Amino acid sequence: MSSSAKAEAILALNRFGMGPRPGSIAAIETDPRGALIAELERPYAALAASSALPSSTKAFRTVADANAKRQARATLAKREQEAKRKQMADASAMAPPAMAEGATQDSKEQASKEQDGKEMAEKAAADAVPDPGRPIYLQEVKIRTEAALNADIGLTERLVWFWSNHFCISADKIQSMSGAYEREAIRPHVLGRFVDMLLAAEGHPAMLFYLDNTISMGANSTAGINRSRGLNENLARETLELHTLGVRSGYTQDDVISFANVLTGWTWVPAGGDPEHGGEFSFNPRLHEPGAKTVLGKLYEDGEVEQGRAVLRDLAIHPATATHIAGKLARHFVADVPPPALVETMAKVFHDTGGDLKEVTKAMVSSPESWTGPATKLKLPCEWTVGMVRAAGMTQTDPVRFTAGQTLLGERLWRPPSPKGYADDEATWIDGMGRRLDIANNFSERAADKVDPQDVIENVLGSCVSADVKQAVGRAESRQQALALLFMSAEFQRR
Amino acid sequence: MTFHRHLHSRREALIGAGALFAWTQMPKLARAEGRDPRLLVIVLRGALDGLGAVAPVGDPDWIGLRGDRALVLDGKTPALPLDAFFALNPAMPNLHRLYKAQQASIIHATATPYRERSHFDGQDVLESGVARPGAVDTGWLNRALMALASDGQVDLRGSRALGVGAVTPLVVRGQAPVMSWIPQKLLLASDDTRARLLDLYQHTDPKLAVALQARIRLAALGPAAGPDDPFADNPALPPGIARIRAYVAEVAGTAARFLAKPDGPRVGAAGFVGWDTHINEGAAAGQLANLLGALDGALAAIETNMGEAWHETVVAVITEFGRTARINGTDGTDHGQGTVAFLTGGALKGGRMIADWPGLKAAQLYEGRDLKPTTDLRAVLKGLLRDHLRVDERVLASTVFPDSADVAPMAGLVG
Repeated sequence: MSSSAKAEAILALNRFGMGPRPGSIAAIETDPRGALIAELERPYAALAASSALPSSTKAFRTVADANAKRQARATLAKREQEAKRKQMADASAMAPPAMAEGATQDSKEQASKEQDGKEMAEKAAADAVPDPGRPIYLQEVKIRTEAALNADIGLTERLVWFWSNHFCISADKIQSMSGAYEREAIRPHVLGRFVDMLLAAEGHPAMLFYLDNTISMGANSTAGINRSRGLNENLARETLELHTLGVRSGYTQDDVISFANVLTGWTWVPAGGDPEHGGEFSFNPRLHEPGAKTVLGKLYEDGEVEQGRAVLRDLAIHPATATHIAGKLARHFVADVPPPALVETMAKVFHDTGGDLKEVTKAMVSSPESWTGPATKLKLPCEWTVGMVRAAGMTQTDPVRFTAGQTLLGERLWRPPSPKGYADDEATWIDGMGRRLDIANNFSERAADKVDPQDVIENVLGSCVSADVKQAVGRAESRQQALALLFMSAEFQRR
Repeated sequence: MTFHRHLHSRREALIGAGALFAWTQMPKLARAEGRDPRLLVIVLRGALDGLGAVAPVGDPDWIGLRGDRALVLDGKTPALPLDAFFALNPAMPNLHRLYKAQQASIIHATATPYRERSHFDGQDVLESGVARPGAVDTGWLNRALMALASDGQVDLRGSRALGVGAVTPLVVRGQAPVMSWIPQKLLLASDDTRARLLDLYQHTDPKLAVALQARIRLAALGPAAGPDDPFADNPALPPGIARIRAYVAEVAGTAARFLAKPDGPRVGAAGFVGWDTHINEGAAAGQLANLLGALDGALAAIETNMGEAWHETVVAVITEFGRTARINGTDGTDHGQGTVAFLTGGALKGGRMIADWPGLKAAQLYEGRDLKPTTDLRAVLKGLLRDHLRVDERVLASTVFPDSADVAPMAGLVG
């Protein structure tokens, strides 16, 4: 096979996939672009391993139940201690009175004992009822990461990562639902229609809670009047600015307010109120601002939950959305400044197909502009880490170690610092090179007894590394150092 | 209860994830005048509620606007008087002390030229110094340093230090070399491995070489962490606001230790997130009070760790925009316009509230909802850069803050 075919296979794996594994270059080098299309055409298989995981609402209720139990235990323990103290106090009251000077000291000791007692009660309760949220999160991390490690090429998984970041929520606000949200709202639609993903994401309880819509209510709604509370613009603004049209695309502050009113009533069933349905999506007419509303110049008649769906359907096929999504996809996969012709082609396909994301992705991987540019993109920390583990031929991960690594690299999984998600340009991440080296060093230390650096160069990277890299690896003082240099090389980090 | 637990932990992590800083050395700066000035910029991301931080208690419309959420001098937690008109949030006793000692000034009803309400665009304008968002990928602080370098005041060749941070704030990004740092521990790669990798990058990828070299230079400056570094060996920190306080003080305090070193950097920037108080803002005793308290602790840590250099220091605390003048439907505030900027440091001619007060009546609010900006924040920043760092005024108007020729630098802030 010619070296250019090999180079294109490597580019396909790095730019559009999860990075080469032993044997993966040879598997696709006869037709790399065809292999990418073939992966998109493969019938979508849900994560097999995820069948054992709880749904978002089940996980939410499990955590809420544990919190309630823990609180009850702590309360009981506190009561017992108070009863004991009272008994002792009664007993000492029978004894001769203490000297006045000592009494103050006693009351101080008493106060400090009370504080100790409270902390002990809380600690005992926490030990007796551990938080189930963290293990659920870690299990979700493990299954998601291993799907990326085991993918042949991994384009579909890359799309899941991209869209999950586009419609991000944060596990810092709602850990219980964070993994299940991606499986329920994002994963089923990455090769489907944008409108379906939009409806699933904005209507998901995790999103409604993350962007404060669960407590937003119309000023003229029944609850708004009775409780003197009102609107929260957060979900409406971020839907317009980040999820659909894009910032500075022509909508106004009035559109934000009007859309926020449209979305009032999109909430969830409170955890404590319903043991079987707590956490599920619920449209609550009592919170909904009554009446017709105008968004982006179009009048929407009052149709309760359907009013919001109608606005979202229109946003999903708006020309500004097509441009925004096409630009963001191309920027993520191809270049920080993508070729305008590529973005135009993708936006046109988005528009012509009514937002068919499989067709938009196909247009991207079959456009010549996606292949001609040099590998200037710096891999995101998550891409780089998974690529390193794949290159070492490993298929399993320890989620505790993995999440700790992502934290150090500044890209905590499902915990972005804002609704905008993580940026994916070089300028954002290049100053993290020092930290990457430390991670590469740590990983190489653990992998050095199983992985031969020369094998990685020949079998994983298809010998497509510069003479400088080969020389540095050849001269390294140890296998560990050789691997670290290899994983830190420009060839390995850029795509 | 569940709700508050989640909210709390989100704020906590937001601060952790976004906080880091970067700086550039400028050893020769102002030596000719016998000065060695330091400038630290702290960006509060998420939009600080200026009215919740510094209340116009003398405005007759103040109580009417915020009702029982208004900070007042005779409240349960009384606001700290600054002058006859303004009072400081009670969570900031250190800043109040510095103000009384004429080492702090506060600018009110200030904003960048940005008049929309997107955080991300707003931060872009704030940090880039360019009125149009998304126009450039460099920050005003970095361009100011480039201007000093071209003047021969700073030797950038000697200043390339190192970056460990995951994300560098835009305000210091640019051509002048930047190093960054983030307070977490890990088994580090050896000096030898680092040197080999640097050699490899120099042959294959100059950009990666620059990024890595910056870190090696910082390491050569020696450890910045003090013996009381709470992150040194024990990652287990107290939960909730105590953790935020510890983290923010640690980041700011470490920045100060670096800035105080005789051969250390002279300019730095840090970002703290979490100020987007849409729900249950709690200016007097809740969320916002906690965050302001953490910021106040950070300012105290900077003052302490700067030591003697505090007398040559200015710390500028800025945010992308303010919040709605009224409380929203969920006991918080939404995105607005005018807000405050805090300046503190021994080099300031402080003890002053600087405000061209626009008033709080409905007709006086911007678009009937936000505090109207009457002081261009660029005037403040230009004043500091001109009088503290000696950046040429024409350069300030052309390359540091392009299109700001009609915004005169504010005089008399330092001195």
